[in-house]
Amino acid sequence: MKMPAPDSGVIARRREIVDRLRAIVPGEGVIVDENELRAYECDGLTAYRQLPLVVVLPSTTEQVSRVLKTCKEMGVKVVPRGAGTSLSGGALPLEDGVLLGMGKFNRILEVDFDNRCAVVQPGVTNLGISNAVAHAGFYYAPDPSSQIACTIGGNVAENSGGVHCLKYGLTTNNVMGVEMVLMDGTILRLGGKHLDQGGYDLLGIITGSEGLLGVVTEVTVRLLKKPATARAVLLGFPTNEQGGDCVAAIIGAGIIPGGMEMMDKPAIHAAEAFVHAGYPLDVESLLIVELDGPAAEVDHLIGRVEAIAGQHGACYSRVSRSEEERLVVWAGRKAAFPAVGRISPDYYCMDGTIPRKALPLVLQRMQEMAERYSLRVANVFHAGDGNLHPLILYDANIPGELERAELFGADILKLCVEVGGVLTGEHGVGVEKRDLMTHQFTETDLEQQQRVKCAFDPDGLLNPGKVFPVLHRCAELGRMHISGGKLPFPDIPRF
Amino acid sequence: MTISTFRPETAAQAADAVRWALSNAEPLEVLGRGSKRGLGRPVQAAHAIDLSAMTGIVAYAPEELVLTVRAGTPMAEVQALLAENRQQLAFEPPDLAPLYGGAAGEGTIGGLVAAGLAGPRRIKDGSCRDHTLGFEAVNGRAEVYKAGGKVVKNVTGYDVPKLIAGSFGTLSVLTEVTVKVLPAPETSATMLVLGREPDAALRVLTQALQSPYEVSGAAFLPAAVAARSGVAAVAGAGGSAALVRLEGFGPSVTARAAALRDELGCDGVLDAAESAALWAEIRDVSYFSAADRPLWKLSVPPASGPAVAAALQASVACELYLDWGGGLVWAAVDGGDGAEAVRAAVGANGHATLMRAPESVRASVPVFHPQPAPVAALTQRVKASFDPAGIFNPGRMHAGV
Repeated sequence: MKMPAPDSGVIARRREIVDRLRAIVPGEGVIVDENELRAYECDGLTAYRQLPLVVVLPSTTEQVSRVLKTCKEMGVKVVPRGAGTSLSGGALPLEDGVLLGMGKFNRILEVDFDNRCAVVQPGVTNLGISNAVAHAGFYYAPDPSSQIACTIGGNVAENSGGVHCLKYGLTTNNVMGVEMVLMDGTILRLGGKHLDQGGYDLLGIITGSEGLLGVVTEVTVRLLKKPATARAVLLGFPTNEQGGDCVAAIIGAGIIPGGMEMMDKPAIHAAEAFVHAGYPLDVESLLIVELDGPAAEVDHLIGRVEAIAGQHGACYSRVSRSEEERLVVWAGRKAAFPAVGRISPDYYCMDGTIPRKALPLVLQRMQEMAERYSLRVANVFHAGDGNLHPLILYDANIPGELERAELFGADILKLCVEVGGVLTGEHGVGVEKRDLMTHQFTETDLEQQQRVKCAFDPDGLLNPGKVFPVLHRCAELGRMHISGGKLPFPDIPRF
Repeated sequence: MTISTFRPETAAQAADAVRWALSNAEPLEVLGRGSKRGLGRPVQAAHAIDLSAMTGIVAYAPEELVLTVRAGTPMAEVQALLAENRQQLAFEPPDLAPLYGGAAGEGTIGGLVAAGLAGPRRIKDGSCRDHTLGFEAVNGRAEVYKAGGKVVKNVTGYDVPKLIAGSFGTLSVLTEVTVKVLPAPETSATMLVLGREPDAALRVLTQALQSPYEVSGAAFLPAAVAARSGVAAVAGAGGSAALVRLEGFGPSVTARAAALRDELGCDGVLDAAESAALWAEIRDVSYFSAADRPLWKLSVPPASGPAVAAALQASVACELYLDWGGGLVWAAVDGGDGAEAVRAAVGANGHATLMRAPESVRASVPVFHPQPAPVAALTQRVKASFDPAGIFNPGRMHAGV
């Protein structure tokens, strides 16, 4: 993975940069000691590491504004960071860049049940929001599996999803407003406690922009009332195809479950060996369907889902009868990643989305690839929305295995695009999938996206080297090559 | 005055038309079937690009929850197809054509996405932008490009579809859109709470929205507006009506209705057919479609809806009603355009759009909410990033945008 060549001029000016940052953020808010910088050298994509030039930890919006403005004046790159849980390297530092940590923005500013929203600082954890409103029966719906640690600011940057986003949406569907700072220090407010923004949906483009457009300093999120009940059905199928057909039939029947998760045989076995959730071991495909809502609705839909499963060849069925049983059904799925971690020294988690009907084909081709690369793969799958999480098992201590795992992963993602899907459903592009972007988008598509970047950050100083495989200067992207004067295409229907 | 109209049948032809406009420095008015031409600032353009020949379903897989359709496809066709498959656009797109003197069912899906409109279910299922998954379009450089994807879950690259939804054709000419589609509810019911003052009615709506019963509509019609409803139980109430809608599977709606009826102290329940008729009126602003009064749409924090409404009525003669649990105020103004009063009532806590007014008014009064300087500057730069020569719908949203 090639990052933009470090600017030795900037590295040489490190002392001056540190002094100017210290003038803005006093005391321990500016970190220069190598041992302390080590804590920031990577995010959740641990295969890539880089010490940042310096870390700055502001605690006010005004400080963020001054830090960015100063860095822009000095021509210094900035990498924003929340909790550093990104699985795609979105917060990977730059040797010649300031790492802007938002951890000190950790307060819940306001909870407003009458308007069903909360105003929080970006460093508040995802789960922290739900915990703060649980006493009144509310919660914040998106629930990425890192929700204990990941922060809402990072969620906005990555447009994080979670198990329940089929029914309740991703971050973008649950954020109502932000305060943010542009690279030139401009402070903006977009949206708020009201719906929609009026004017362009700038909030929509900010969400999921992977820290390339601005730094969020405050977030207004939508709160939902907790569903009255939730129950899970565990279903086993003799083939992946039957499992996939059952998912399609459930949705075809008009049922959008709160969660719908599928695991393939290797994932089932790994999970069962780890947590003993009582998963059947003689099935090829295991499906968890969680139904939530009023008790009458859940009871009604459980019956319908069981009937549909029966029609699609389910050979195993278990319905949770209590909250305890529901948690047991989920235990294996929730522990799938560490469970795979037990049977392999390392694993590499992929994140493509496919049209669900392509599932049997994709799983079959993946198996062929696994043989070709001599690596094992286990699959967990957000079945409702087609978001695959293949886990490639490898051993980083064996020379060449990491590289093979990465090539295998890239092949899987290219396959996702080939069947009509996308490179990433919820983890983001970051550095990890950056060089695959040309498989999903044309050069023209990518240039248009980069022109949007130019509207926010014309010098390209914010989080460069992420998302886009080729960095163009904004001046170059802005050029127009139109010659003419007469209508060149007279055959256009015209009246 | 439109001198000529391009009517492309393919994206490549649309790009050719844009290339012609670019090379001649001629701005283009971007049209579907023009049903919402009266929404926005008047566009000064001698030439138009009309997408109404770009019709047809490209791909529809109900069980994938995804529909890809050419931009000029009539909404009536899209909705009929979805209804056949017991699906819908969950954001409940309004049909505003009658507000502008057109016939119902005139609009196109591209026009809907460009206007970014949503109906009463906005409070539960989000707006048009939440369901716009991907698109193909021609930018202001005459390049055909695509953004987003054709699956329901995707974070690859910037979420440009969000930006395009509600951009009123000022950023690109849409040629194809991919939207998320969802199951249509099996049935619905609407709870009526009659004769309450606005503050008390808001408490009813808030209580319903704070319940776990998945309310999908929460509106308040003052007495004079309620009297105009085509639904007898509402028109005959003889006073105001607070309305709470429940949708979903039969046994679920029955159970939730039973619980809410007691909790809210309901005066009556509308069945599915009455409920559908009532919410279509609320969605399409039918109460104000006949008169030609300037019509405003105010988006404010829901809990402040009644206060905003009171402030507005204190400073200008108007009729209004509330949707979105109080967060949406529809106001038809008598005497003048009402701009000053409306924007003073909203303040910095929301925004107001002049949805209907004579052309002369729309040319002189900011139709979209005036933006703080930094947002306005960013808006201009975003516009230029798609349409550097400013040839698409110039001035439709703001001067220069």
